[in-house]
Amino acid sequence: MLSTGIVAAAYIAAAVLFILSLGGLSGQESAKRAVWYGIAGMALALVATIFGPGIGHGWVIALMLIIGGGLGWYVAKRVEMTEMPQLVAALHSFVGLAAVFIGYNSYIEMARVAAMDETARAALSGFAAIIAHKTGAELSILRVELFLGVFIGAVTFTGSVVAFGKLAGKLDGKAKKMPGGHMLNIAAAVVSLIALIAFLNGAGAWALILMTLCALFIGWHLIMGIGGADMPVVVSMLNSYSGWAAAAIGFSLGNDLLIVTGALVGSSGAILSYIMCKAMNRSFISVILGGFGASKGPAMKVEGEQVAIDTQGVADLLTEAESIIIVPGYGMAVAQAQQAVSELTQLLRSRGKEVRFAIHPVAGRLPGHMNVLLAEAKVPYDIVMEMDEINDDFPNTDVAMVIGSNDTVNPAAEEDPNSPIAGMPVVEVWKARHVIVCKRGQGTGYSGIENPLFYKENTRMFYGDAKKSIGDLLVALKR
Amino acid sequence: MRIGAPKEVFEGEARVAMTPDSATQLQKLGHQCFVETGAGQAAGFTDAAYQAAGVTVLPGAEALFSGVDVVVKVRPPVEAEIDRLSKGQTVISFFYPAQNAELLARAEATGATVIAMDMVPRISRAQKMDALSSMANIGGYRAVIEAANNFGRFFTGQVTAAGKVPPAKVLVIGAGVAGLAATGAAVSLGAITYAFDVRPEVAEQINSMGAEFVFLDFAGEAQDGAATGGYAAPSSPEFREAQLKKFREIAPDMDIVISTALIPGRPAPVLWTKDMVDSMKRGSVVIDLAAERGGNCEYTVPDQRVVTESGVIVIGYTDFPSRMAAQASQLYSTNIRHMIADLTPGKDGVIVQNMEDDVIRSATVAHDGAITFPPPPLKVKAIAAQKPREKAPEPTPEERKAAEAAAFRKATRTQVGLLALGTVLILAVGAVAPASFMSHFVVFMLACFVGFQVIWGVSHSLHTPLMAVTNAISGIVILGALAQIGSGSWLVTVLAALSVLVATINIAGGFLVTRRMLAMFQKS
Repeated sequence: MLSTGIVAAAYIAAAVLFILSLGGLSGQESAKRAVWYGIAGMALALVATIFGPGIGHGWVIALMLIIGGGLGWYVAKRVEMTEMPQLVAALHSFVGLAAVFIGYNSYIEMARVAAMDETARAALSGFAAIIAHKTGAELSILRVELFLGVFIGAVTFTGSVVAFGKLAGKLDGKAKKMPGGHMLNIAAAVVSLIALIAFLNGAGAWALILMTLCALFIGWHLIMGIGGADMPVVVSMLNSYSGWAAAAIGFSLGNDLLIVTGALVGSSGAILSYIMCKAMNRSFISVILGGFGASKGPAMKVEGEQVAIDTQGVADLLTEAESIIIVPGYGMAVAQAQQAVSELTQLLRSRGKEVRFAIHPVAGRLPGHMNVLLAEAKVPYDIVMEMDEINDDFPNTDVAMVIGSNDTVNPAAEEDPNSPIAGMPVVEVWKARHVIVCKRGQGTGYSGIENPLFYKENTRMFYGDAKKSIGDLLVALKR
Repeated sequence: MRIGAPKEVFEGEARVAMTPDSATQLQKLGHQCFVETGAGQAAGFTDAAYQAAGVTVLPGAEALFSGVDVVVKVRPPVEAEIDRLSKGQTVISFFYPAQNAELLARAEATGATVIAMDMVPRISRAQKMDALSSMANIGGYRAVIEAANNFGRFFTGQVTAAGKVPPAKVLVIGAGVAGLAATGAAVSLGAITYAFDVRPEVAEQINSMGAEFVFLDFAGEAQDGAATGGYAAPSSPEFREAQLKKFREIAPDMDIVISTALIPGRPAPVLWTKDMVDSMKRGSVVIDLAAERGGNCEYTVPDQRVVTESGVIVIGYTDFPSRMAAQASQLYSTNIRHMIADLTPGKDGVIVQNMEDDVIRSATVAHDGAITFPPPPLKVKAIAAQKPREKAPEPTPEERKAAEAAAFRKATRTQVGLLALGTVLILAVGAVAPASFMSHFVVFMLACFVGFQVIWGVSHSLHTPLMAVTNAISGIVILGALAQIGSGSWLVTVLAALSVLVATINIAGGFLVTRRMLAMFQKS
């Protein structure tokens, strides 16, 4: 049995390790070390807690740890890199669920302790003992804290489940709302607030349960109303929520490590959401409320026509080119074309051509999704550039190859002030000498707006499934 | 379909409309290919080479015209050739229907279909069959080579042990395809190259080739090339005056002038007058690519090399592409091949004369016993209209400094404002909350602050691993569940046990998947 002092010391060490773990992600090489800091911090915190004071039912803990660890290990081993967004969403839902359970437990314990007499209270240990020592004001605060923990946890839980469903293709990816739209969400939030006031004034479990139902509804309805391409924002927002839920639980339990970790995760998710919104030139509110803003006037008319090119034509262009920039998007992930793209990159590089990748911050369905896919396909990370790093290089580039991107390469964002995406930073592929667009058909992108890029004079459309087209292209190039 | 190329009958024409290479491609479209014996001889393609490519060699023009469905040619067919055509046959060649109305009427009478390569519209999709451009490209290049051949000095400046050689100065008039090709060739030979065009929007293209655009001091409305499908249009008398004045000014400096100015359907404008030629140095060269339509230079005699009294050589050859017959045939036959590919949408050797198609409609000048020239306007405009470009005024250093100072002040104000607001809020919380809460609150605020500082440093490419690792560490809620699991209530124990289970999945899954991802990132 470890003393309380030792446990607190272990918590401090764990918190420092977690901060180092997040800070280490500033570079690819230090990141490999950083993940071990995180694992060590977590192990330290777990060991200190389990062998610390006031912990019972050791065999239940052991059993759950083994089962949970096994499941986690299995999932992590099996998951495809294209499935990362849904995995992350699913993991968020677990944190939300755990927060709800723990919040309820706190309430049950609180009610149990309140019913005891002085002698019974003195005999309590562990969490119940902490509650027993709380004064009236502290108990009120505890009620607010656990209420908040359950609320955020419940929103995170259903929200993540819906996000998982959408990302995994089990639910329709389109934005859907019930009649009444956001008024329903506001109503649910107001009901939750009333429940909180009632709960503070001594109302029983019903207030907590009513609020939980409302929160579950908000999470479900809010994320249902957000479309597929906004998922990077949604997932990072849920990431943030799962952190705040942990922090709220930490307050209710008086556990500083939980507070620190929750705050770290919460701010991390908040910053990611901010970066994603910035990359789309949209406010966080407009993303959460779903749908694109209305345009301020008639969109610029697109003139010209889409010119198709065949495999041999693309091969010829690439053979003659010296510098090539590939711009991958969600379409590449859908077509599972990253392996073929990697092979293409290797082939072109072996012929002495400069091949680089330009990644838009919101490409894919998760922040940094494209980077992970390309890394999996063994594309070296030092040729994978951020949009801002590479945008100036397009005028000196022979061929820009767009694979499955649409809105993130739309020149209307810069040229047409009336476009719904006006002002959104985009990858300026059209400044390259030639642009090849790999695309399934002639449709519009997620935002539903025409892309003038496809009609530009230096653009050639390479229609077909990305994986197959690139495969054919490889054959043509090797000939 | 059977496609055949006869030997060109025009005197001195060395090009051929089908090469062994293009024949191979045509056969892939399901066609059979034929040539008249000796058709490719002048361009360097022997009968044996054709046969090796699976082409049937026919003994004479008569046999060829009667044995094929599609005749592909370079020059417009002469009357004797037209008379050999019959209904159902197609001839694809340059035709210039506006200038050759009689020939067109004669073709119409035969009932044959005539596709004029010079009528292919200038739209993106049709670039691959734009034979005018591919021939003009060769013409421009060859013009420079011809000039170099007649010019007695180096193009590039050199400093040698035997003395200093100044670089040649080349002026290219008209920056169409030929002009740009000439500009490119002259620049790469090392000459100081100037180029002029009535369309100011081509200045960018000229500069991109390493030449200097000759700007006119002219206040009137400049031409917009988009209105005329990318070609130049006749200019106003005032503009012309300004242009000639500028030319007169620079003429004595120029060693070589290559003029390519043409306006569709009109005689070539005279831009290089006799007095300009006379003011040039002895040994200078003028190459007039517009000679066939009268020439841009007053001294030009079509197909002749003229030496003026002042010793300037004026060349008015009209057969520059033919002088590079192998190259020209290769490009022209590829243009023809693309045209036939568009005519064979099914790739099954069946030609479909789809008059709904903009390109085919425009190029077809006679079909089914009727003249189909001139074509209706295109459904798509060839080139997007020029957008007036607004230039943001460059801020002066003082303005920039002021703007920076204002931005700094604004940032300071927001930051201080936020800090003050935050302090007030925290004070408000501290006034009501008990001390035990405040101690946790301090920890919380500090952690948020550290979190914000640390996360900004995370590399964009590692955002997915960041989410996975924050996922794993948010599994720290397990501590809460662990603290509750030993409670006396069975319900609490069950719920806490479930929490431990899901949080463990999170921790194990999150960390392992992060490790897996990070291991994939490799440096090249």
